[in-house]
Amino acid sequence: MAFEFKNLPYAYDALEPHIDAKTMEIHHSKHHKTYFDKFTDAVKGTPAENQPLEQVLKELDASKGPVRNNGGGFYNHNLFWLCMSPAGNRTPSGKLGDAVNQTFGSYDNLKQKINDAGVGRFGSGFVWLISNSAGTLEDNPLMPFAEKRGTPVFCVDVWEHAYYLKFQNRRPEYLNSFWNVASWKHAEEIYARIAH
Amino acid sequence: MLSATFRALRRAERLGTAMAVRMKHTLPDLPYDYNALEPYISAEIMKLHHQKHHNAYVTNLNIAEEKLAEALAKKNLSQVISLQPALKFNGGGHINHSLFWQVLSPTGGGEPKGDLMDLIRREYGLFENMKNELINSTVAIQGSGWGWLGYNPTSGRLRINTTANQDPLEPTTGLIPLFGIDVWEHAYYLQYKNVRADYVKAIFNVADWENVTKRLHAAKMAN
Repeated sequence: MAFEFKNLPYAYDALEPHIDAKTMEIHHSKHHKTYFDKFTDAVKGTPAENQPLEQVLKELDASKGPVRNNGGGFYNHNLFWLCMSPAGNRTPSGKLGDAVNQTFGSYDNLKQKINDAGVGRFGSGFVWLISNSAGTLEDNPLMPFAEKRGTPVFCVDVWEHAYYLKFQNRRPEYLNSFWNVASWKHAEEIYARIAH
Repeated sequence: MLSATFRALRRAERLGTAMAVRMKHTLPDLPYDYNALEPYISAEIMKLHHQKHHNAYVTNLNIAEEKLAEALAKKNLSQVISLQPALKFNGGGHINHSLFWQVLSPTGGGEPKGDLMDLIRREYGLFENMKNELINSTVAIQGSGWGWLGYNPTSGRLRINTTANQDPLEPTTGLIPLFGIDVWEHAYYLQYKNVRADYVKAIFNVADWENVTKRLHAAKMAN
């Protein structure tokens, strides 16, 4: 089973004016691609080479630096692109929508919680919505040593490279802009598979 | 600056006053213009880095210390402990950036002389070896952090080390920082984008080895 570096499901400029084309291009073709290259290199000749990515992360040994950092980066960005779209699915609906209301009270409350977590994150990382709460983590929640484990449903990248060209230090402004392109379609599909 | 604050706090407590005496931290001026380190670090980056990022650490450090003073006055230990991450992050950010501006200079570059060079040769053989090790360690940092050339006051030897986020070198490792390289993406992204290695190599063109030597002398004298 080969790992695949996929194109974005939309053009680099498709999220303008909320997320700029230059950022999308560098973020995908440089940062994400580098994670992919280094990850596939790191697992070459090991059993992980033929496993699904989720399994590699779930069984990860924390000390395996290159696999952890690059496998995480590879997975995290795969999901992140699917959390955005040029149009549609701006609000979680169906089973996920119900769960959001039940856990957070409302979608607005969830957005606030994600914004607070993103702004409050010291340094680099992602904000994750995992199957039971929203919080910031650097490691992917599938990893056995992650602070909070669970199945990632939705995420927001708050590494500076995700927003610096357009927003510079203004991370709160980036997060507000992000909601204009947030897409919940993929999250609903994930949640429908794991919800009982 | 932080130690002055704690001395002031203890003085206030000895006087039996409930109100803590606190001196606010301030943003230091750069010793050169924003464009002085071009073409190695752009004026745009220097301005944002100083006026926005460093300034935010100073502001938030003052806020955290204000809250710390209240928590100490109320003897609220839980609150004191919960403030530690913000103190470490913003205090570290202030310490690190205050040093960073000083160890860079438009007239920097080249190689150190005198006892700093002697110490480098003793540890690494050649200056190039030290430079390469510092570059490699710094580029390899995952996420945000700093690369350091540090001085071990116990052994009198140089040591290359890295810290995560804004963790300051001395409080977290005991090494005294001589030269530091900020590799938070905000330090280079607008100019170098994802190519961190180019930035880290370029910064040696503006390394102020005289200032670094002064720090080495101060470290030796203090120990």
